[in-house]
Amino acid sequence: MNYFIAFLVVGFVFSAVMGLMYILLWAERKQSAVMQDRIGANRATFFGLPTLMGLWHNIADGIKLITKEDFIPPSGNRFLHTISPMIALFFALMSFAVIPFGGVYDLWGYTVSLQILNLNVGLLYIFAAMSMGIYGFVLAGWASANNYSLLGGMRASGQMISYEITMGATVIGLLMIYGTLDLQQINIAQGRLWGGWLPLWGVLLQPLGFILFFTAAMAETKRVPFDIPEGESEIVGYFMEYSGMKFAMFWQTDFIETILAAALVTTLFFGGWQVPFLMSDGFHFPWGAVWSLPALVVMLLQVGSFLTKVFIFCFLLMLIRWTLPRFRWDQLMRLGWSIMLPLSILNIVVTGFVLVLWQS
Amino acid sequence: MAIKKVVETGLWERIYVPEVIRGVALTAGHFFRNMAAHTAHLFGLGKQKRGSATYQYPEERRPLSPRLRTLHRLTRREDGSPRCVACMMCETVCPARCIYIVAGEHPNPQIEKYPVRFDIDLGLCVMCGYCVEACPEDAIRMDTGVIDFSSYTREGMIYDMKKLLDLSPTPARGVKSSARP
Repeated sequence: MNYFIAFLVVGFVFSAVMGLMYILLWAERKQSAVMQDRIGANRATFFGLPTLMGLWHNIADGIKLITKEDFIPPSGNRFLHTISPMIALFFALMSFAVIPFGGVYDLWGYTVSLQILNLNVGLLYIFAAMSMGIYGFVLAGWASANNYSLLGGMRASGQMISYEITMGATVIGLLMIYGTLDLQQINIAQGRLWGGWLPLWGVLLQPLGFILFFTAAMAETKRVPFDIPEGESEIVGYFMEYSGMKFAMFWQTDFIETILAAALVTTLFFGGWQVPFLMSDGFHFPWGAVWSLPALVVMLLQVGSFLTKVFIFCFLLMLIRWTLPRFRWDQLMRLGWSIMLPLSILNIVVTGFVLVLWQS
Repeated sequence: MAIKKVVETGLWERIYVPEVIRGVALTAGHFFRNMAAHTAHLFGLGKQKRGSATYQYPEERRPLSPRLRTLHRLTRREDGSPRCVACMMCETVCPARCIYIVAGEHPNPQIEKYPVRFDIDLGLCVMCGYCVEACPEDAIRMDTGVIDFSSYTREGMIYDMKKLLDLSPTPARGVKSSARP
């Protein structure tokens, strides 16, 4: 039975991520259109079915990409060219294994833990998976036997190194406060109340850390303000020699990394699955009122809370992607190394001072 | 002469975050305003407020200016015969040489001539409107409101007299969309 529950949880996470990715593909078109006073893609239909505000366009894309010629450059490395989109997609999807989208519940005598893998080094695992994912992009650039692709891959690795450091340094502030790398424990710690009414979410404890982490996470997704590895107007990027479903896998990786960035920011800074004042047996309001709820309702509320926050952050990332122009390579490096890295170190130092003063 | 670099960014702009928030607020404002308009349209409300600046072309056509030069038409006399007297003014003035007129003798001595053929090759026409300006009889006008005439063949772009006479003008005022050919 435990295996069955675990199977259900894995299935839920996988289908939620893939489903959200499908919605993001649609939202990319429609949200940008509405932001720019347009309507957006709305023509594709099937046998005269309603157009559903352009939702069929994704299926049309899929049919087009599947039936496209799968081209491998004759002088490229056939094996690496084939495997690199898989590496990129695999590690992007793998990171979701440790993200808790709900707590641990007792349902009809079974213990249900809404996290695929309860690692006590969960945060480290995510950073590892994200760093491994970059191999997909670098290998794609190298195996294409094309200088522009190679340049894209080099840029991807350079950007990743610059921003991974900031990301890691930013998270240290949180680790000092919560004292754990376990994402479930971090979430539980964010359910505590300060003065009995203010939920101690990470964003209240680490406002600077939140901004830095959000920016770095946005850079990790390699989407527009930070789309130097793609650089559509100068080099086409590491996926220049890719077509068909292999290209689609890189494309999906972009969206899955957007979801991952949203999920990580939610988990670390916005309380994850926490609903304010909702304990495991119901609401405990600060004015003393108690509204007890069954465990199933609590579970649904908390999962809904997590998904809502992820949706909001996906929206925000999409909004920023369609608002800001992109950085130049030197601006990107300057921002990464001489602004964000010192600020994140400052964040660690200030957090350390405050913690020492607090405890003494 | 050295090129002077004008840098107008102060500290506020170089912090970047407040300016990013300002930009995002602008686009988000557009998003939510347009979404409110689209949602209202779903329930049949607020139709006069548009949710987008674009027009869904084949179904929805832009309002045209009454001054716009559109497809030509030949006007008629009260008895229905063409007003044209085949004076060749339009054919002479036409910079694209797309008008071809064959004159014939009219039974009425007051009129003298009438067009036997009056062809306009719209594949050549540059829509300059000189023919309308030159016409002494107000026999040719460009007020049909038809902007999407097209054909799969070159011959299909040649409009003869019968076709041009049968076109009707757009109503003078309150035209909300271009007519279909």
